[in-house]
Amino acid sequence: MAIIETKNLTYTYPGASKPSILDVSINVEKGEFVLITGPSGCGKTTLCRTFNGLVPHFYQGEMKGEISVAGLDTLNHHTYEMAKHIGLVFQNPENQLFALSVEKDVAFGLENMGFPREEMRKKVDWALNLTDIYDLRERSPHEISGGQQQRVAIASVLAMEPEIIVLDEPTSFLDPLSAEKIFEVIYDLNKKQGITVILVEHRLDLTAKYSDHLIVMDQGRVRFEGKPREILSSEETRLIGVGIPKATLLYQMLKKDGLNISEVIPLSSDELADEILEALKPS
Amino acid sequence: MIEAIDVHFSYPNRVEALKGVSITIKDGEFVAIMGQNGAGKSTLVKHFNGLLKPTIGKVRADGVETTKTSVAALSRNVGFVFQNPDHQLFSETVEDEIAFALKNFGFAAEVIESRVTWALNLLSLTQYRKTSPFLLSGGERKRVALASVLAWDPKTLILDEPTIGQDHEQKEILRQFILQMQTQGKTVVIVTHDVEFVAESNPRVVLMKEGKIVADGVGKDILTDPALLELASIVLPQIAQVFTKLSILGFPKNIIDIYEAKQIILKAWESES
Repeated sequence: MAIIETKNLTYTYPGASKPSILDVSINVEKGEFVLITGPSGCGKTTLCRTFNGLVPHFYQGEMKGEISVAGLDTLNHHTYEMAKHIGLVFQNPENQLFALSVEKDVAFGLENMGFPREEMRKKVDWALNLTDIYDLRERSPHEISGGQQQRVAIASVLAMEPEIIVLDEPTSFLDPLSAEKIFEVIYDLNKKQGITVILVEHRLDLTAKYSDHLIVMDQGRVRFEGKPREILSSEETRLIGVGIPKATLLYQMLKKDGLNISEVIPLSSDELADEILEALKPS
Repeated sequence: MIEAIDVHFSYPNRVEALKGVSITIKDGEFVAIMGQNGAGKSTLVKHFNGLLKPTIGKVRADGVETTKTSVAALSRNVGFVFQNPDHQLFSETVEDEIAFALKNFGFAAEVIESRVTWALNLLSLTQYRKTSPFLLSGGERKRVALASVLAWDPKTLILDEPTIGQDHEQKEILRQFILQMQTQGKTVVIVTHDVEFVAESNPRVVLMKEGKIVADGVGKDILTDPALLELASIVLPQIAQVFTKLSILGFPKNIIDIYEAKQIILKAWESES
């Protein structure tokens, strides 16, 4: 069953001369790990804002077409109602954190929803443990590292136990090792908790291997949608400026030059190395 | 030329962010400063245009000690683009933003006009000329900040995380531009986490950890040394990861260039068959 479904969704920000997303029709199934990518300014962030109703409720402007998220039409439901089903994590955690302690930040959404104290305690501890920041719970969110802050932002969203979590370039301010750890946390949530993940990223080198559904946008439209291996190996994808993982590119170059290598298009260096070892094995 | 000599720096009431850094950057060099969050990278480069002054030690830009001159005087020669564009942008239109420094430096109106047009075009921003920077996406705002500094053509360019939020094509444009600056004898210093960008651009790589420089050399050596990279919280570039695994075939491990990678693999395959 589709957990997010849009039909011919078109949206124009107030005062903008053209739509930021145009005729977008997508289907996201429950439990999928979806990667959304595309050139800067292609409408990725705007699309994510439609999922929890920030567009059009907060940004206003004009929206046409249909959208349903977790069975709800976002046009007829407030963002705070959507928050029970879908959580957004932004690029820069500093914009999202404000409380005096990590724990209070994580509890904030639950407090607003009026959960009893005991239940809130349980949910907060669960989210803190899952993101591995339980030991930081009494620290101020502003004195911890960027990677830790990003975990707090994710924990705050998780505490609400959403069915869907949307992350808009969640690690771009982090060093690569911290980024990789965050992606592992997200991947784990997807696999173990069954949470539907929507990740917006330019850096497919780091993220393609986690996804089972790829959406490529360009100039407000969805240009490609489907299985990452197929889309990333097509020439058109490269031409619109999507950064194909180096392992996938090298695979294509080797294949073009005649190397007898597996038909499975690799998305990570591990997959490619295994295929090369296999191809070079003395027969 | 930029010279830092045994620079120590402490923020008020805080731990020492730089613990004795010495580095010389010659004219025309392209340097990437890498390392973990909080390693002191941004603190170091803010010394290069005098935004910060060393607590102990000296920084000289073209022979002039930064404590003996003003940031305004230094910035004509050293352009600085911040990590977060929102710390830099304030004008009502993209065009005004880019023209602002040019006006302050007293350029003639027609020079300002042509420099603004050039910078907009270079960074694919022409269509946003009359738009407010705050209506643009994160990646686009970042390019406005970059355009506003490139427009006055500084001799040295310092870019703090220039590739954040940029797509593949924009990164390629940035890379070509940096190479072009080098051919003009200009200096480019970037602070970055983007290993793939560095692997493709082949700058001098300086690794920092906890306020000190722990390695300084070519990308091919530094970006393929797992122990060193772990110190700096960086992961190997993807091609180097592949070659680490292929080293059981006797392949060299220090490969970061995709074309070199292809040749080595095909050569092994040809000698096999």
